[in-house]
Amino acid sequence: MVLYTYDGSFEGLLTVVFEAYERKAWPHGIAQEHLAQPLLLGQTVAVTTDEAKAARVWQGLEKRLSAGALRSLYHTYLWEQPGFEMLVFNYARLVFSSPENIEGNFTADCVLQVQQASKQVHREKHRMEAFVRFQKTQDSMFYASITPDYNVLPLIIDHFRRRYADQQWVIYDLRRRYGTFYNLQTVNFIRLEKTDLLRRRQGVLQKKSFDVEEAKYQQLWQVYFDHVNIPERKNLKLHLRHVPKRYWKYLSEKQPRHIFD
Amino acid sequence: MDSKITDKLRILADAAKYDVSCSSSGGKRKNENKGLGNAEGVGICHSYTEDGRCVSLLKILLTNFCIYDCAYCVTRKSNDVQRAAFTVQEVVDLTINFYRRNYIEGLFLSSGIFKDADYTMERLVRVARKLRQEEKFNGYIHLKTIPGASEELIKEAGRYADRLSVNIELPSEQSLQQLAPEKSYAEVLVPMESISKQLVQAKEEQKLFKSAPSFAPAGQSTQLIVGASAESDRQILQLSDQLYKGYNLKRVYYSGYVPVSSDVRLPLVTEPPIIRENRIYQADWLMRFYGFDVQEIVDEQHPDLDLDIDPKLAWALRNRHAFPVELNTADYALILRVPGIGVKSAKKIVSARRFAPLHFDHLRKMGVVLKRAKYFITCQTKSLQRQEFDSLYIRRKILFGDGSVRSALLTQQLDLFQQAS
Repeated sequence: MVLYTYDGSFEGLLTVVFEAYERKAWPHGIAQEHLAQPLLLGQTVAVTTDEAKAARVWQGLEKRLSAGALRSLYHTYLWEQPGFEMLVFNYARLVFSSPENIEGNFTADCVLQVQQASKQVHREKHRMEAFVRFQKTQDSMFYASITPDYNVLPLIIDHFRRRYADQQWVIYDLRRRYGTFYNLQTVNFIRLEKTDLLRRRQGVLQKKSFDVEEAKYQQLWQVYFDHVNIPERKNLKLHLRHVPKRYWKYLSEKQPRHIFD
Repeated sequence: MDSKITDKLRILADAAKYDVSCSSSGGKRKNENKGLGNAEGVGICHSYTEDGRCVSLLKILLTNFCIYDCAYCVTRKSNDVQRAAFTVQEVVDLTINFYRRNYIEGLFLSSGIFKDADYTMERLVRVARKLRQEEKFNGYIHLKTIPGASEELIKEAGRYADRLSVNIELPSEQSLQQLAPEKSYAEVLVPMESISKQLVQAKEEQKLFKSAPSFAPAGQSTQLIVGASAESDRQILQLSDQLYKGYNLKRVYYSGYVPVSSDVRLPLVTEPPIIRENRIYQADWLMRFYGFDVQEIVDEQHPDLDLDIDPKLAWALRNRHAFPVELNTADYALILRVPGIGVKSAKKIVSARRFAPLHFDHLRKMGVVLKRAKYFITCQTKSLQRQEFDSLYIRRKILFGDGSVRSALLTQQLDLFQQAS
């Protein structure tokens, strides 16, 4: 029985794969250092992240998989659901033990699960690209808070960088307490000590931090949202399927009307 | 708060919402000038209305003043509604500020016709030009083409817009004459043909010179109103088929008629025909993505789509001789014709069966929906059904039996339907 622990990074997880092959000791579990419960029976191996080892594993995978399959595997890491480390490991092991490319083999459990995890992550990424709502601040910064179900912030950076090349923006993940800041040149990861968010409406900035026109455009957007609706066709079930309630807290159109009057 | 602009937005969004198109996909406009926005590839729905429709674009009329009096239209001259008009700058400001906050993918601008076609079209083009040239805006722009506008203006519109559309509105010339006597099919088809020609021309030029100017890279679309006139589904789908084939349309949209008028020329409807509209969309998808010919979906014996069941299931029940399909060996095209199996499932099946013979367990794990499919497939010659059923029995089983849940909406509309007849 071997339990591997690592620092929580993707490179760390790939290093675990390397170590397991090196020691010829397949893991019974893989856990982040600060979450790991020591085993009563068996051995715990604390793996130190090693970029060279991680790169060798990744290159091995690159030789045997398409870019799409590699992306799915990375998505599985960002998925963060219980057992995701073992899933990544089992997938890598199947790749290395098969003579042919296994990515279309949906009869193998780990291939199917990776595909499904990746689909969930991809859907959440797409939702964030849709549901991020920037609020313009006094210092001409466009700020948005998110709390995605999966850790998709790294996946949406390119989209927003291409789209908003001429404005400074911050997207901050309140749950994982890190964010990205685009300064018109590059995107950097940041951690905020404190934010100017309303205490009761998580995600909405305090009015005192607003640009002079911010409240006006939030209200105009609400007006538009209310009037593009066709009441005769009302179908709330369909509405909720597209915009589940857990996303409402960030949507300006779902805030109470006249919140800033 | 500026109440004037709020009022305009209220009136002109209200007037534009019956145009159902809201797609923002298929654009190829990259952000290469370090400007604002990017309209590559997939569309994004930034929100959904309470009736479940995608909100992707700021969809407004430039004005709802109109010289025409079309019976089906909320903006018709004789209708007693509030009128308003945006200035060019107001539309530009709204678009840019909504876009910067990630509310929208871009602008869908249409207009009532004031003065004449060219005058109106020129204003629409001016908004698009200003967005592209002065604001360096690379988001999505969909412009409505005003029937009767000059070819020069349409050409300029296509340079700035990602998509152009001309609405046919009524599915036959006869209905158009009845409900919109000031319009004619010819008037609509002329700009449509002109756009179609320029699309082809621009594509050919771009093959030769990469820098050739693009023309509406997301193509053109149109809209048909369903239920405001007496056409059968067959007439509607045949028209769509001709439009897809003859004019290279990207999309035909169908808008279930919402009663906006009590004009005596219109049928009396209490509720928009939502189920019918949905079935027509399903049939449209079958023609575009599933390799069905329009004749297979509707014919002389079956001029209208079945409201109870989807058109693919209806086709399968009429063509039992094509089934069962053995999923381990059948062609992709045939698997695609199995009721309940969509493009994604069909692709997964074809991919997975290269590695191992498929069982029903594999299908369930892959997420293939078997509720309808199970009557039409075998896996390694095994079937989930112990005996052969006739079509009527399968239909009943799918609709009512085996824990099938009918949507509340469907039951409600069918009840109304029965009461009416």
